[in-house]
Amino acid sequence: MTTVTMPQLGESVTEGTILSWLKQPGDPVALDDSLCEIETEKVTAELPSPYEGVMGEILVPQGETVEVGAALCTVIESATAATTARAAAVGARAGGGWSGGPMAIPPDEAPAQQLAAPPNGAVKAPVAAAASAAAGSRRQPDSRERFYSPAVMRLAHEHSIDLATVQGSGVGGRVTRKDVETALARGPQPLAATPSSSAARPATGVPVPVGPYEVVALTPTRRTIAENLKRSNLEAPQAWTMVEADVTGMVARRGREKDQFARNEGTDLTLLPYFTAAVCETLRDFPMLNARWESDELRRYHSIDIGIAVASEHGLVVPVIHGAGDLSVAGLAKQIADLSQRAHTRKLRLEDIAGGTFTVNNTGSFGSIASKPIVNYPQVAIVTMERVVKRPVVLEGDAIAIRSMVNVCLSFDHRAMDGYEAGGFLAALKRRLEAYA
Amino acid sequence: MTSTRTRRPRSHQTIDEYLLSETQLEDMYYHMLLARRLNERMLALNRQGRAPFVIAGAGQEAAQVGAAMALKVGTDYLAPYYRDLGMNLVFGMTAREAMLNLLGKRDDPNSHGRQMPSHWGSTERKIVTQSSVVTTQFLHATGIGLAAKLRKDPIVVLTSCGEGSTSKGDFHEALNFAAIHKLPVIFYVENNGYAISESNEKEMPLKHVSDRARGYAIQSATVDGMDGIAVYQTVRPAVDQARNGGGPFLIEARCYRLWPHSSDDDDSRYRPKKELEEWTKKDPLTLFRGRVETDGIFPREDLDEIEHRVEEEVRDAAQWAMMQPDPAPEDALGHVYKELGS
Amino acid sequence: MTSMTVIEAVRSTLDEAMAADDRTFILGEDVEAGGVFRATEGLHAKYGERVIDSPLAESSIIGISIGAAHYGLRPIAEIQFADFIHSGFDQLCSEASRWCYRTSGDAFLPMVVRTPWGGGVHGGQHHSQSIEAYYSHMPGIKVVAPAFPADYRSLLKAAIADPNPVLFLEHKRTYRLIRQEVDGAPAETVIGRARVTRQGSDLTIIAYGLMLHESLAAAETLAGEGVECTVVDLLTLSPLDRETILESAKATGKVLIVHEDNLTGGLGGEIAAIIAEHAFEYLDAPIRRVAGPDIPAMPYHHAMEDFFMPNREKIAAAARELAAY
Repeated sequence: MTTVTMPQLGESVTEGTILSWLKQPGDPVALDDSLCEIETEKVTAELPSPYEGVMGEILVPQGETVEVGAALCTVIESATAATTARAAAVGARAGGGWSGGPMAIPPDEAPAQQLAAPPNGAVKAPVAAAASAAAGSRRQPDSRERFYSPAVMRLAHEHSIDLATVQGSGVGGRVTRKDVETALARGPQPLAATPSSSAARPATGVPVPVGPYEVVALTPTRRTIAENLKRSNLEAPQAWTMVEADVTGMVARRGREKDQFARNEGTDLTLLPYFTAAVCETLRDFPMLNARWESDELRRYHSIDIGIAVASEHGLVVPVIHGAGDLSVAGLAKQIADLSQRAHTRKLRLEDIAGGTFTVNNTGSFGSIASKPIVNYPQVAIVTMERVVKRPVVLEGDAIAIRSMVNVCLSFDHRAMDGYEAGGFLAALKRRLEAYA
Repeated sequence: MTSTRTRRPRSHQTIDEYLLSETQLEDMYYHMLLARRLNERMLALNRQGRAPFVIAGAGQEAAQVGAAMALKVGTDYLAPYYRDLGMNLVFGMTAREAMLNLLGKRDDPNSHGRQMPSHWGSTERKIVTQSSVVTTQFLHATGIGLAAKLRKDPIVVLTSCGEGSTSKGDFHEALNFAAIHKLPVIFYVENNGYAISESNEKEMPLKHVSDRARGYAIQSATVDGMDGIAVYQTVRPAVDQARNGGGPFLIEARCYRLWPHSSDDDDSRYRPKKELEEWTKKDPLTLFRGRVETDGIFPREDLDEIEHRVEEEVRDAAQWAMMQPDPAPEDALGHVYKELGS
Repeated sequence: MTSMTVIEAVRSTLDEAMAADDRTFILGEDVEAGGVFRATEGLHAKYGERVIDSPLAESSIIGISIGAAHYGLRPIAEIQFADFIHSGFDQLCSEASRWCYRTSGDAFLPMVVRTPWGGGVHGGQHHSQSIEAYYSHMPGIKVVAPAFPADYRSLLKAAIADPNPVLFLEHKRTYRLIRQEVDGAPAETVIGRARVTRQGSDLTIIAYGLMLHESLAAAETLAGEGVECTVVDLLTLSPLDRETILESAKATGKVLIVHEDNLTGGLGGEIAAIIAEHAFEYLDAPIRRVAGPDIPAMPYHHAMEDFFMPNREKIAAAARELAAY
């Protein structure tokens, strides 16, 4: 019997949610068969079975969130399926072979030091004295109002109860499991309770709008996006700059190559690969932008790994084209198509989203002609390709022509560089974009 | 094992004196030799790094084979100790199985890789499983004797140990109980001179282990354990007597541990070289060959042929056993309890 | 329906087993005369040579039972007081427990070792001990410790029928203290199952032997105060019924474990660990134990003996605190 644990799906990811189980106990499991679908703060991914055999027990039910490393399920490996099944059967009754179960909630505070059991019943003072001592200790203000036992935490989580609204009847005003159960039995009021409690909180003095509203349930992905963007904005002083580029040549070239590409690859060839190729080449000349903050160091990377921001109905993800600097336009096109398709179908793997050194955001796809991107922390710069529009442009010699124009916006972490590098990068990128013919 | 040799005339008068038939004598030599050659091969495998541990019975083959041959194989019980390869061979264990046991292979019938080598046991062959804790088997044998007596089954149990084990409480509790209830148990002590490094004088205040029987009113004897024929001649009447309700018997076979205690032991630290040389002259195999050749029981060619046959068998056993499957790691979890019907 | 004490339950079951299967026999000190607690009274007269007095040598009682069980008989050994069983520790733990394991199931031992255990009888240090933790630590031996006469009957019958060595613990204080209506024939029982003896939603008390009775009395007192206790009778101490332990722990979220064995290394620690490992998210209070103090032995004088023994008052006090937590 082998235990499958929650993998670390992404840097800094500490937990994951089981979206669905794709195998049920007793199902045959081939190597790399998907066992379940996991959503983490970073990716939603199917967990390929590391073992071959028969699906054993499911240890974490659908919808539950557990820490990285927690046991998710067991697989009875095929080479030894019969023996282990037998051994497990013996173990269950005989007491051997119990593995640790899931530990979804980390033990934070030591729950009971103050009320820990005395070494034994007999060593204590006489019973009456002990009982009154216990009663006495209950009267003392030990601020246990905000200590929640594992059972209380679980119930609150399962039923979305704001524990601040539950009256505690336990020692020191502690909210007991029974208190939560009683509150639950009184009816479904957790949502109704929320506005009154937030309205009663005069912390900022800002008046809270009255009137009906609904609480938006945050998915792990949403929470992570919020966390990362907040961090980027809080930590990185960001500067913004924009250039305009004439990409008539690039558009023409795409026009010449797209039919052949569609025939060969079965996907559309967009402008983004041309743009990305130019970004890669420019980064080679301005390596200061191809960098990350790691362990309090600013690390300039030799490999150019470009993150492509993809907005999907599941939230923003930034899959990474590893070694993008070594790819041709066609190679980049294929990579972008593949990653984007997998982002939309939630099929990204851990390695698909980890380790980018620079990010390209195709804001033009929404029709935007100027935007202020937020640096994808811990990277130090992000560039957008805005919408390509035809405009009359004054050319050299004061001739006016209709050209395909694009705005390119750059946000950068001012701690990592100054306008000199950033401006140089953007100017060089402009030259490259305009050099397509 | 089929033999192709041509038989030569024998001195039947001498055979009658031995109380052993010609076939039995051949068997005796074959089993003693097989035990020795297996032990030699096992030690070689240990030195090659193929077997982690060897504990052998070199020097005790006559004591083991002679005693086991006095029992009814298939009927009587054997509760041996770890040096008793010779006894187990007489009780039906094959050379290949002995090698499986050495290597802890999956199909070792003794313990399937769960015990150290030389911890014998086979319910089918009526060999009682034993541990590394010495002398516990004396009580198991006594229990089997009690059960047989309650069931009125005409069987005998032979249990064996080294002389070092006779200091343990279980030895005395077993002799005491078996004597009180007149149980059909042969307590057989192979006094090989050493309990690891401790010589006899450090183990007991008596000259003979057999003297311990007096405290329990048990009949006892001391026999030359280097002489398989003498061993048989001593044990056989005791077995017959026990089978007929005569009660237990304590027999001490004076033999000698020609090798160190185990593959991990260096006996030069405690054993006088001269003593070893003296006893090597009385090697039970040399002794047996000399005696049957002198008495004209077997011509040299016949004995040589047995040698050849045994060597072939041992070579095959080692080669075959090394190819056999190891236990699966998860096999460690099974058989903690006996399930009804399993 | 017949009313029986614990000792009558043991004696009648032995009698029935001896009558039903001539492979059974009884071996122990003073058993021919009926034994010091009279558990085998009348059996020697009835079964003759199958009830056998042993010399005063506990290792031999167990070692000889091993041999006889290996041969195919069904020995029922009696160790006069559990306090003396340790002379046979080697035979139980180095031999009996692993007989089946070390032969991969080729050999096995259908044997029972009965022994009176526990305190509260002014037995001092060597007639009062709780020994269950030593032997429950050893996989391969089953350890059974019932509380009620009907369970003594069904579990002793099951122990004799079991193909494995079973250490059958009889609480000597309950021998004549506890009486119960029992059916004619012992029920077919599975070793390894605990039983919820009383249902309550406020907390769970887990106990066995004499302490089960004390726990039930404490639960009754608490019910008068509006605190409802679930009381679990473990019945089998090894292998533990993890399922029932976890179910009852999850149901109330508050667990009190009671044993008269001393605290450290007692079964309570293992039970608490099982709950902490597998029912952590259901716990609403620290797991508590009421147990004997960590001193080497039960003292003789009644004042100190009472101090040692957990009882209904001590259990109720701990349960009250837990309920209020």
